[in-house]
Amino acid sequence: MKFFISLILTVLLSFAICLFLPWWSIAIAAFMVAALIPQKPGKAFATAFFALLLLWGGLSFWISYHNDHILAHKVSQLILKMDNPILLIAATALVGALVAGFAAMAGSYLRKTKS
Amino acid sequence: MRIAPFIASAVITTGLITLLNTTLVLPAPLGKLLSPQHGIWQNAEPDSQNFNEDLNFSELKGKAEVYFDDRLVPHIFAEQENDAYFVQGFLHAKFRLWQMELQTFAAGGRVSEVLGEKGLMHDREFRRLGMVYAAEIALQEVNKDPIIKSQCDAYTEGVNSYIATLTESTLPLEYKLIGYKPEPWTNLKTSLFLKYMSYDLAGHDDDFEMTNAKSYFSNDDFSKLFPAIQDSLDPIIPKGTPITTPNFLPQAPVYTDSVYLNNHELVVSETSKPDRDNGSNNWAVSGSKTKSGAPILANDPHLGLNLPSLWYELQISVPGFNAYGVSFPGAPGVIIGYNDSCAFGFTNGGRDVRDYFEVRFKDDSRQEYFFNGQWLQSRFRVDTIKIKGKPDFIDSVAYVQLGNDWCPVMYDKSFTGNRSKGDKYYAVRWKAHDASNELKIFNMLNHAKNYADYSAAVTNLHTPGQNCVFACKNGDIAIRTQGEWPAKWKGQGDFVMPGFDSSFLWQGMIPQDEVPFQYNPERGFVSSANQKPEDDNVYPYYLGRNYPPYRGYTINKRLGAMLDITPQDMMALQTDNFDAGAAMAKPFILANLKENDLSSAEKKYVDILKNWDCRNDVGTTGATVFERFWKSFEGVVYDDEYAQAPKVIARPEFSTLLEAILKDSAYTFLDDISTTVTETLADDVTAAFKKAAIELQKIDAAGNLNWDKHKATRINHLAKLAPLSRLNLPIGGGVRNVNAAKAEHGPSWRMVISLTAKTEAYGVYPGGQSGNPGSKYYDSFVDQWAAGKYYSLWMMTPEEAGDKRVIAKMHFNK
Repeated sequence: MKFFISLILTVLLSFAICLFLPWWSIAIAAFMVAALIPQKPGKAFATAFFALLLLWGGLSFWISYHNDHILAHKVSQLILKMDNPILLIAATALVGALVAGFAAMAGSYLRKTKS
Repeated sequence: MRIAPFIASAVITTGLITLLNTTLVLPAPLGKLLSPQHGIWQNAEPDSQNFNEDLNFSELKGKAEVYFDDRLVPHIFAEQENDAYFVQGFLHAKFRLWQMELQTFAAGGRVSEVLGEKGLMHDREFRRLGMVYAAEIALQEVNKDPIIKSQCDAYTEGVNSYIATLTESTLPLEYKLIGYKPEPWTNLKTSLFLKYMSYDLAGHDDDFEMTNAKSYFSNDDFSKLFPAIQDSLDPIIPKGTPITTPNFLPQAPVYTDSVYLNNHELVVSETSKPDRDNGSNNWAVSGSKTKSGAPILANDPHLGLNLPSLWYELQISVPGFNAYGVSFPGAPGVIIGYNDSCAFGFTNGGRDVRDYFEVRFKDDSRQEYFFNGQWLQSRFRVDTIKIKGKPDFIDSVAYVQLGNDWCPVMYDKSFTGNRSKGDKYYAVRWKAHDASNELKIFNMLNHAKNYADYSAAVTNLHTPGQNCVFACKNGDIAIRTQGEWPAKWKGQGDFVMPGFDSSFLWQGMIPQDEVPFQYNPERGFVSSANQKPEDDNVYPYYLGRNYPPYRGYTINKRLGAMLDITPQDMMALQTDNFDAGAAMAKPFILANLKENDLSSAEKKYVDILKNWDCRNDVGTTGATVFERFWKSFEGVVYDDEYAQAPKVIARPEFSTLLEAILKDSAYTFLDDISTTVTETLADDVTAAFKKAAIELQKIDAAGNLNWDKHKATRINHLAKLAPLSRLNLPIGGGVRNVNAAKAEHGPSWRMVISLTAKTEAYGVYPGGQSGNPGSKYYDSFVDQWAAGKYYSLWMMTPEEAGDKRVIAKMHFNK
């Protein structure tokens, strides 16, 4: 249950905070959620990782789908050196997921006492 | 709290963010770029993008409505004329900001700020040519003209009002990819952009290459290799038209021969220059030759083809005028187009308005220079060039006064620009440095109602000089070869000139009312295609060399024969792929080719050439064979003479070799001077064909023998990023075709206007209205352009606001 609440909160808070702050504020969102809702560090990592995988993957897929992948075709060739919109979406999701995951782990360690 | 793992994961997070937010390790800041809410995804414009907006700006004096049609062409209706320029600036910025700024950075020598050290050579060259100096002088002229000043002010405010709305997410894609931000627009940037056009159209010179050719060859050979007269010339003003008596004629210095024409000193040059084929076609036919009885005007300017396009299509409707056409992102007004009374277009005048003078300084401090027997004081312009990631570069350029004009000593010991050997000083006298107010022409043309208005407008044109075509609903047609051109004596400025004696300077300008022009000529049409404006035998001023004759030849022949002309006929002519030069050459090649000396593999290409209709259409293989043959033929004929030549030297024109062999089968250069036998035309043609066949077999094996595949016309993104470019377009045409579509250069806007009671207008350009590579409007016209098809241009009326073609509305209020 904690997992789902954390996951949804991380998604929502990341989206909201990025309306005002730079992209790396997803780390703040993930950190805060992990600090507020205590989970084991590994679980906190997984929660935030999946949260951003869903958010960034979902957002970029949604945007790209409505764009007929025009931009993704071009930018994937520039950044990944291959014409593959889905891979660009996957890379986007992974970048967000990694940053959020480690930030959430830090948040979890902030709350965690040595057992 | 578990301190160690907390610190560890916090450090990893911070490290990851730093890694993904900078280019310290990765080539791109992936986090910043890929964030769906900030980065490149924000530039992925939805298929159904809603362009409707309600905007308020205190700078506006009244209301303005903008209706976008289904090609995203804005139709601007403003209560106040200057508000329309504000809106134009806003829209240019909204759709083309990156390109606008990049072009002014290129013009002003500021590329290093964006690209780093690799831009430094370009920046120094442009600053040393005096681009900023010229733009500053132009801006002073604008400031003296209240109408143009307020037009520019409104435009600049419009651009800046858009820039002010930008956030990290709404920045154009290229700023995100390269990693910088736009700065505010200024009127100086508009001037710089216009000077960039002057550079592109009137910045070409062969002075150093020609100086080397003159120094290397004997006078006799030189005059055969670089004749000033072309037999196939059909000038803009037909031969036999009477000439007005000139007010004054420039006098050649008495000792021209010893220090100038017979000076055999070599210089160097391997610099990049504007494409010499920057040219165009334009013509107007009078009602007597058209089916409707109304004049038709056609224009297609040939320029470098890029994405985003140089052009932005729009309609401006204000109380003073209602005009439609293409505009330059970077400048207000309609540049090529039509209004409710008339239509106007341009081709490049192509005269040499950039000459070099060798300056003698007393010493390397460049403080004093020798001129007319005395030592004079030079001035200095010190430029600070900012370089991304490096300390600033300080460049000091000496300016010397030659006659009345202060000219930058562009090439000196600190900057050879690959043009000089570094031991000499060369000052550049460039017409674009002189005060002029180019925007006034377009402002007046947008308002023009008749021939008098058009003439009054174009006589303001100084540089770049243009052949200005005109047609009016009252039936008038006209062409004026307008521009302020130096009146030159024969040979003046073909080579680097001595800079110590005022008699070598330009002695004056050809008066604006003495320029060649035609107004309702008897033949029922006017036309230009960058050929020489006048017959050399009658025109009193020196016109220089190297004008392309073939497009003009084809156009005049076709227009002369046509009757009952429709706009569709004009489109067919604009997209015509006939090669007049090849048609003259082909029978001659085949007659002289020793077929018995060829193998069956080589004969295959002879058959292709025999069956070729001299048209560079898509799918033809004959054009490829002809092109490769001619290239090889030029080599066989001239390479032996050039064997000991300096690396950088002028080569003869296509027309020079063709005309030479057509009239003299014993042309001097046919003999290979490195052999003991005397080669004939047949020997050279056969040897050239054998050489070409080797190349052709390779091209054939790669599957590229079709002309369009071999030519591979492409429209490059301005930063040369291939995925943002359109490559290998299926389009015919070529350098001697009316459809002058070359590999990276060609018809940048095709327009046909029939001036019937309700104007019938057609146009297309190889690009799209949006500069955003993530928009479907980025390259939406490219396929239509390549196929030689046009769009019907819609001069919208306010009553048509409910028309189904309108896809969005923008309201601008104060």
